[in-house]
Amino acid sequence: MSLTLSRRSFLAGSTILAAGTAGLPTRARAQSKPVRIGLLTVKTGPLAAGGIQMEQGTLRFFKDRNYMLAGRKVELVVADTGGNPAGTKTKTQELIERENVDMIFGPLAAFELLAITDYTAQAKVPVLSLAAAEDMTQRRPNPYFIRASATSSQNMHPLADYAAKELKFKTVITIADDFAFGHEQMAGFQRVFEDAGGRVVKKLWPPLTTPDYTPYLAQISGADALVQGFAGSNPLKFMKQYRDQGLKLPVLGGGPACDDALLKSYGDEAVGVISCSAYTGDLDTPSNKRLIDGMVRDYGNIPGLYSAGLYINGQVAEAALEKTGGKTDDREAFNRALRAVSLTDTPRGPFSFDHFGNVVGNFYIRRCERKGDKLVNTTIKTYPKVSQFWTYDEKWFLAQPVYSRDYPPLKG
Amino acid sequence: MSLWLVLAVNSVTLGGLLFLLSAGFSLIFGLMRIPNLTHGSFFMLGGYFAASLIEWGLGFWPAAMVSGLLVAALGGLVERLILRRLAGAELAQVLVTLGLSFMIADVCLKVWTGDPVRIATPPALQGVTSVGSFAFPTYRIAISLVAVAFAVALWALLDRTRLGAMIRAGVDDPDMARVAGIRVSRLFTIVFCLGAWLAGFAGVIGGPILSVYPGLDQEMLPLALVVVILGGSGSLLGSLVGSFIVGFLYNFGQAMFPELAYVVLFLPMLIVLVVRPQGLFGRPAV
Amino acid sequence: MKRLALAAALVVLATLPFWAGGTFYINIGSQILLYAVFALGINILVGYAGLVTLGHAGLLGIAAYTAARLLNGGHGHTAAVLAALALTLAAAALFATLALRGSGSGIGFVMITLAIGQIVWGVAYRWISITNGDNGISVSARPSPLGLSLTAPAHFYWAILVVFLAALGSIAMLVASPFGASLRGTRDQPRRMAALGYHVWMIRFLAFLLSGLWSGVAGLLFLYYNQFVSPQAVALTASAEALLMVIAGGSGTLLGPVVGAGLVVVMKNVASAYIERWNFVLGAIFVAIVVFMPEGLVPGAARLWRRATARPAAPAVVAAAPAPGEGPAQ
Repeated sequence: MSLTLSRRSFLAGSTILAAGTAGLPTRARAQSKPVRIGLLTVKTGPLAAGGIQMEQGTLRFFKDRNYMLAGRKVELVVADTGGNPAGTKTKTQELIERENVDMIFGPLAAFELLAITDYTAQAKVPVLSLAAAEDMTQRRPNPYFIRASATSSQNMHPLADYAAKELKFKTVITIADDFAFGHEQMAGFQRVFEDAGGRVVKKLWPPLTTPDYTPYLAQISGADALVQGFAGSNPLKFMKQYRDQGLKLPVLGGGPACDDALLKSYGDEAVGVISCSAYTGDLDTPSNKRLIDGMVRDYGNIPGLYSAGLYINGQVAEAALEKTGGKTDDREAFNRALRAVSLTDTPRGPFSFDHFGNVVGNFYIRRCERKGDKLVNTTIKTYPKVSQFWTYDEKWFLAQPVYSRDYPPLKG
Repeated sequence: MSLWLVLAVNSVTLGGLLFLLSAGFSLIFGLMRIPNLTHGSFFMLGGYFAASLIEWGLGFWPAAMVSGLLVAALGGLVERLILRRLAGAELAQVLVTLGLSFMIADVCLKVWTGDPVRIATPPALQGVTSVGSFAFPTYRIAISLVAVAFAVALWALLDRTRLGAMIRAGVDDPDMARVAGIRVSRLFTIVFCLGAWLAGFAGVIGGPILSVYPGLDQEMLPLALVVVILGGSGSLLGSLVGSFIVGFLYNFGQAMFPELAYVVLFLPMLIVLVVRPQGLFGRPAV
Repeated sequence: MKRLALAAALVVLATLPFWAGGTFYINIGSQILLYAVFALGINILVGYAGLVTLGHAGLLGIAAYTAARLLNGGHGHTAAVLAALALTLAAAALFATLALRGSGSGIGFVMITLAIGQIVWGVAYRWISITNGDNGISVSARPSPLGLSLTAPAHFYWAILVVFLAALGSIAMLVASPFGASLRGTRDQPRRMAALGYHVWMIRFLAFLLSGLWSGVAGLLFLYYNQFVSPQAVALTASAEALLMVIAGGSGTLLGPVVGAGLVVVMKNVASAYIERWNFVLGAIFVAIVVFMPEGLVPGAARLWRRATARPAAPAVVAAAPAPGEGPAQ
């Protein structure tokens, strides 16, 4: 049997092939190379809780999309930084130089981000991170950096507004971990609170690793409320000790302080805490429902800031890829597309980015309540279109000193 | 003045918890001459075990006892299989305990994940106790009482039993103890298990206050070190006094000099090491 | 034989940027060499003086932070490097005086260096106006000695290689010198040395200063490599890892710390990509080394090599002593 290709069948075949492929959308023909995404997270050590959730959120998103974005296959490379800057630098180099990633999700902590920002900017690799360090999108901006979550103070501004105008508090005491994230949160709260007529009477700064908060708890009195900005597992420890000490002041918190994902570890000490976060589980959007259902099914826990944040990063990357037709070779164009993303159906609701690459979106004031045998955060007010500068003029804001431990200074 | 009173009372209660943590460390250090760098891991592991036991229905105090036993069993294995092979090579033993602490921390992360685990305060001890116009958390007062009870029990063990006499002999002079017919190597195992039990138990007792999370081991170990250096290794009284000193330093230091929080803790340790290396109540170094 | 091996090793190291397989691996090479310098410095104390230290990351940090502050304050590289090393030496002198008090050796020494290390870490962490606390300090530029830029990974690798070889060479000379011999003497027989009229304290003090100097150099390399320094560099785990590098490779040998540095760096940076529980594996490796090869990898491997290549023992009947040159090589 010989395999002869008659001229006719050849012509017929090619015609059909040509006709067939001509009708296919351009995207599917364009790039068959997969888009490579690197995830910098912390899977070992004290920061692991947040890092593991970041990975879960990322995997959840890609599973939802079947590892295909804008017609291209996605390859995800997960790197464990160990939670230290030197390790983060090495892993970033690995992702960029060895794995040739097109973009990086993460890292988790501000000090990790600060260690790599110059390097990734030089390499022109877009970084989509949750790290809240303010100056990354203010006074020392990285043009390839996108933050869909919040700056340290972005959620504290509306919280202060709510505290002064609706809760009518006049004086507060602030307490937060003594590092940049804590300083920036409390400073943001203080500025808006005092501009609305309130006063911060005392600022307490326990070290990041404090087994026993009693020396600080003993100094909490003589104000209308307490504002706390703890992160990681410290909110749990603190609230427990706060209630045990019999302290009764109402507690206001930042995003991580009463994060949805922490609720399963909390007990009654969390009831009544009012927090302001970029993400809330009771937001009724289809993507949020999908995220929550998927997380509960796969990992047995509802999502919080970290997992939702990475899911949203996935959506941002997807939207940008669809804008560029799936192409990532032109770094500048892809970066521009990232910054131009504006979405409505996301787990955090509608948002877009300002010209620094920081998110402008909804922030939710929630109260922690007990419903049956579960703790839930119930949204009581939504502040829409909040930017990192709150209602202040951007130029004025940037001309002020950066938020720090001593700025704004205590009055009187 | 209520600030100072609260701090003073808390110094005592923190001291109580530290005593439970460091008594074991002190015995191990005094008898076996090893600073057991796995001690923090034992503390954390005890907390994790208890959290799981409580979830499966066990009560708080039984869980504390059983967790202690589980950790003690692990300690026994470590001592017999690893430390005994390195008898005499103290540096090697220290390094092994360090390596083991890495391993235990990672296993805990795998089994219990990275989220903090809470241990509920036993229902009978929840709430505050009022004395006059002051209110103190009842559970913390209970910790002090438990610590005192254990201090008395350990003292009785060391002072009134044959085992205790053998331990004291071993602490004072291991070679002479051997000559006198004491099986020092078996003593080592017993003391290591006892120390591990105490650490695990302390981890459970501390659980309602601290909860249990990755990194707890590294937070507690330096505190145990400071207590034992200050008080003197191998001395129960030293651990007790050292615990309260550290409790006071911690509370008042954090409140009055928050900038120098770590310096306040470690500087006295440094001074003691330089001026009186055996600590307040320890034996002068051989 | 040994000369040939050394020459071959030198060629391999010098040509690494060409065969390593990408800038990522060149950077791994740079890291190994930089930590090797640190470990070599620590080995002067641990291996040759018999004094175990858990606080040397503090000296590395002092150098790195000093240089970082000066560079960001507008000073040149030369000024920054010299000031950093000077300050580190002063600190080492202070630490040595404290640590060598009293019995001066043994567990007491470990504890004191640990306490000092923790104090340095506490300052780095909390004295935010100087160290910027947890956020650390970034430096944007690497030095350009003799006008050669060090921005490219390969160029920086060669610069580190030069420093590493200088460290290795000078420490080798130290070990072979009379001072090195007296140092080992104070390790093995301090009382006899004192009886013989050697000033044991001064010998140990000088050894501490030298190890501090190399820790300072390592600190500068660390700063220039990462272009960043933060309190994590000064934490107890950093000192502990460096100590493990020395012990695992073989304290008291010249190449042991280098091998140990390679092991730890590869495990942390390369193996962690393939092994999820790499922390556990790292701990297990160290436990295994300490238990089965307590003298370290380099002497342990040498021991196994000797055993593998040793000639079979002569029959017991023949009682003649082995001729010189035969028998297990020393």
